[in-house]
Amino acid sequence: MDKKRDREWRRHRIQALWALLYNSYIMGFVHGKIYKGPLKNLCVPGLNCYSCPGALGACPIGSLQAVIGSWNFKFAFYVAGFLIFTGALVGRFVCGWLCPFGLIQDLLHKIPFPKKLKTFKGDKLLRKLKYVILAVFVILLPLFAVDVLGQGAPYFCKLICPAGTLEGGIPLVLLNKSMRSAIGWLYAWKNILLLATIFISIIIYRPFCKYICPLGAVYSVFNPISVFRYKVDEEKCTGCGACARACKMQVDPVRNTNHTECIRCGKCKSICPEGAITSGFWNRKDSSRQEKSR
Amino acid sequence: MRRLLSSRKAGIIIAVLGLAMIGYGLYRGEAAVVFTKAARICLECIGIG
Ligand code: SF4
Ligand code: SF4
Repeated sequence: MDKKRDREWRRHRIQALWALLYNSYIMGFVHGKIYKGPLKNLCVPGLNCYSCPGALGACPIGSLQAVIGSWNFKFAFYVAGFLIFTGALVGRFVCGWLCPFGLIQDLLHKIPFPKKLKTFKGDKLLRKLKYVILAVFVILLPLFAVDVLGQGAPYFCKLICPAGTLEGGIPLVLLNKSMRSAIGWLYAWKNILLLATIFISIIIYRPFCKYICPLGAVYSVFNPISVFRYKVDEEKCTGCGACARACKMQVDPVRNTNHTECIRCGKCKSICPEGAITSGFWNRKDSSRQEKSR
Repeated sequence: MRRLLSSRKAGIIIAVLGLAMIGYGLYRGEAAVVFTKAARICLECIGIG
């Protein structure tokens, strides 16, 4: 058991390293300002607010809305291409290993609570909500709800994103006097959403990733075809179900390897007593379970 | 089709397509829009705008 816990903490250490890498502009925290250098041309793979004082790169979901909502470009080849490239290479591996907001939720879920919820009635249906949020708040509203100049606001950032509030809103308002004087109802609304996300994350594993995150929604569609993937060795697997019971995303990797909800955390792999689950870019025989399950 | 999707070829082809899109987006000057947004405090993101 300790070995499994070690592996989980090893993943958390890697997640933390990425979070640090994304947000290593220390001077931003000192002066309450943000980084304005050339790295801001580049998107990072995970959800990380570019208005975090430490952020070195651009959030792909914020960037997507910025380009779609700009008056001169209505299709974001650059950002969509980045998402397609990353998704096709590793799928939701980004969620399991490279996303700071995923790490925050992972850690929050370790806080003890009298009754943790694994699943509930309507859980499956609610998982579709992230696709609706992607379509409506990230694409359609910035594209069509435009001002007189033809510019659309980043509606997901504005009305929903708790990562923006936590990483950008709270530190900037704390560190920057002029920001403090500008806060209003929107700031209050976003803080309520953040508090709700924090509280629900203690009870349910990664609720933002399961139900809300448009970036997770994008990467999820690439899971079944990505180059990096999971594989179950049918000859070794005894069908004991330990992997499915261990999965906090409620995926059964034996029945549906590389499911859209799998964040490639590796928990199933480390729990399997037969060592039947492997992952990588190169395993010889491609998974056939994936086809069977459809 | 299913065989193609379950092999790694599909992922590689789509990744290359993604790279081509990145190139075309850069050629159109989209990175400048990303930069302009990312290098200024995004008031919407932080809940002020
Ligand atoms: S679903 Fe979104 S917030 Fe969650 S880990 Fe993936 S990209 Fe990050
Ligand atoms: S199926 Fe395995 S790798 Fe995927 S989320 Fe579940 S435990 Fe993690």
